[in-house]
Amino acid sequence: MKGGDTDSGVVPGDDIDPGLFDFAEFDENAGERTGYSDYSYWRSTFKVFLKNRVAVVLLVLLGALLLFTFFQPFLPGQKLPTKIYIDPATGMQLRNQTPNAEFWFGTNSIGQDLWSRIWAGTRTSLLLGFIVGIVEMVIGIAFGAVWGYVRKIDRVVTEIYNVLNNIPTTIILLLMAYILRPGFRTMVIAMCATGWLGLARFVRNQIVIIRDREYNLASRCLGTPTKRIVARNLLPYLVSVIMLQTALSIPGTIGWEVFLTYIGLGLPVSIPSLGNLVNEGRLIMMAPELRYQLIFPTIVLSLITISFYVLGNAFSDASDPRNHV
Amino acid sequence: MLRYTAKRLIQSFVTLFIVVTAVFLLMRLLPVEGYFGDGWDKLDPSQRTAALDRMGLNDPWYVQLGHFYAGLAKGDLGTSIIYRRDVPITEVIAPRIPYSMYFGITATLLALAVGLSLGILMARFKGRFWDKTGTAYIVFVNAVPSAVYLLFIQLYGTDLLSLPLLFDKYKLSSWVLPAISMSLGGTAGYAMWMRRYMVDELNKDYIKLARAKGMPNKQIMVRHVMRNAFVPMAQYLPAAILSTISGSIYIESLYSIPGMGGLLVDVIQRQDNPMVQALVLIFSSVGIIGLFLGDVLMAIFDPRIKLVKSEGSR
Repeated sequence: MKGGDTDSGVVPGDDIDPGLFDFAEFDENAGERTGYSDYSYWRSTFKVFLKNRVAVVLLVLLGALLLFTFFQPFLPGQKLPTKIYIDPATGMQLRNQTPNAEFWFGTNSIGQDLWSRIWAGTRTSLLLGFIVGIVEMVIGIAFGAVWGYVRKIDRVVTEIYNVLNNIPTTIILLLMAYILRPGFRTMVIAMCATGWLGLARFVRNQIVIIRDREYNLASRCLGTPTKRIVARNLLPYLVSVIMLQTALSIPGTIGWEVFLTYIGLGLPVSIPSLGNLVNEGRLIMMAPELRYQLIFPTIVLSLITISFYVLGNAFSDASDPRNHV
Repeated sequence: MLRYTAKRLIQSFVTLFIVVTAVFLLMRLLPVEGYFGDGWDKLDPSQRTAALDRMGLNDPWYVQLGHFYAGLAKGDLGTSIIYRRDVPITEVIAPRIPYSMYFGITATLLALAVGLSLGILMARFKGRFWDKTGTAYIVFVNAVPSAVYLLFIQLYGTDLLSLPLLFDKYKLSSWVLPAISMSLGGTAGYAMWMRRYMVDELNKDYIKLARAKGMPNKQIMVRHVMRNAFVPMAQYLPAAILSTISGSIYIESLYSIPGMGGLLVDVIQRQDNPMVQALVLIFSSVGIIGLFLGDVLMAIFDPRIKLVKSEGSR
């Protein structure tokens, strides 16, 4: 095409009218404008999260449930979770009352109010879950970050990790709970002893992978301070995994609590917890008319664990920068 | 391959050694009263010392550990003190091993078969009925504690299917529900990862090429997608074995199956220290062996794994 033009001897652009053109003005700010992006990590995260309708519904539900759980004792007309109620007419304990106007969820086999026990139990279990989740997160991130950053110790720590990871979690948990005196602190120690391991490995792997990616090298060459590289380049990739693991540790903790209580290594019966409630319900489940004592705690427990699981996954998807447009 | 297996085997032995030592030492932290059942209060101080001497509990810990390893080498796990007084633990456990093995192996195979099929179905009909049902199942199994839903399966499952509530080795129908219960967690795990890997594989360029050249959909699925998705699946076998072990502890106890898992719950409740120690060691060993086999299997499936492994990212 071009060759043809030259052959014919016509200078290209000769037949164009210069009146059609203006000189462009040079604007120094224009260069800045194209280089600037109004991308905000957290805004994009929430935008993606809000698109997930199921997650939003569950978030509202869980928020309401948590609020109610912690405000329930201050509401009017609430009963005490550990008080044994006695029938004033006969002087007998109000045992196994099916749900009625007085006891909304009925009473248990020794005459305690199941409604207030469930919320007290939820408080205990959630507290346990949050504490374990936070401790695991702190230990996991700190350990994983050091493991990933310090190249010298990588081999040794990896071997230690392989040893620890080869032991079944259940066994460690059982052994810890068996050796220590049963109680709230024992539960926290036993569950934290195993949970941080997975998170530490994730953090370490991510840091090893991302640390030397080209864009981080470029950033470093351009003189970006390490603090900014960590905050802007590394952390966003880790947020999704960290949030997921922390959110999942709450249903996990509740599950372990139910399991340990079943074996007889759980919290003392004097502390209402979801594990204790499920276990009390299990003991009398063979009588169909008393099954409400198993079913009510189970419904609350399942609502909480499913919400945390789905929300954790949804938030993890949303906070992954690769899902941001 | 052989080098990797050898290295992995040594690693397993080291782990086993550390676990045995740690468990033994941890059990020494428990008060010595635990070794006498109810009889402790009836003994006067001199009798107590004599009894402790006889059981070797007054020796320094390294001597006790040495005795313990010497016993292990001869296949002696100690004697039960409460569960069945003065009976060697190996004798208590031996008749229970077949039950645990039967249920463990059946559950693992069942989970593998059902889980992989479900995962394939979910990927094949992505976004449609099977996918949604499967996802709901996976979320449910992962989110709701197994200790809760397994209880409900026992309670209503036996009712609904008119199966016996407790295990009875002479009634074949009572073998069904525990085996299925034990496989549920593994099924969910396999289905989830199989679906993910197949969907990943379906999005790759060579699948587009296969479509473009007119390869039938069925053939693409079987020859390309499934085959490539199977490779990373091998790494979930060890995890599934471990979850089956934890499941068996709860389920055997729930259905009163005379296996080792139910026994562990029994002896924990009755605080029979030597029995707890022996069973914890057996379960850890099974876990370590399961992980070893899984890793070797994975290396057979995918030769590239060795490279990744040596950097420690499982």
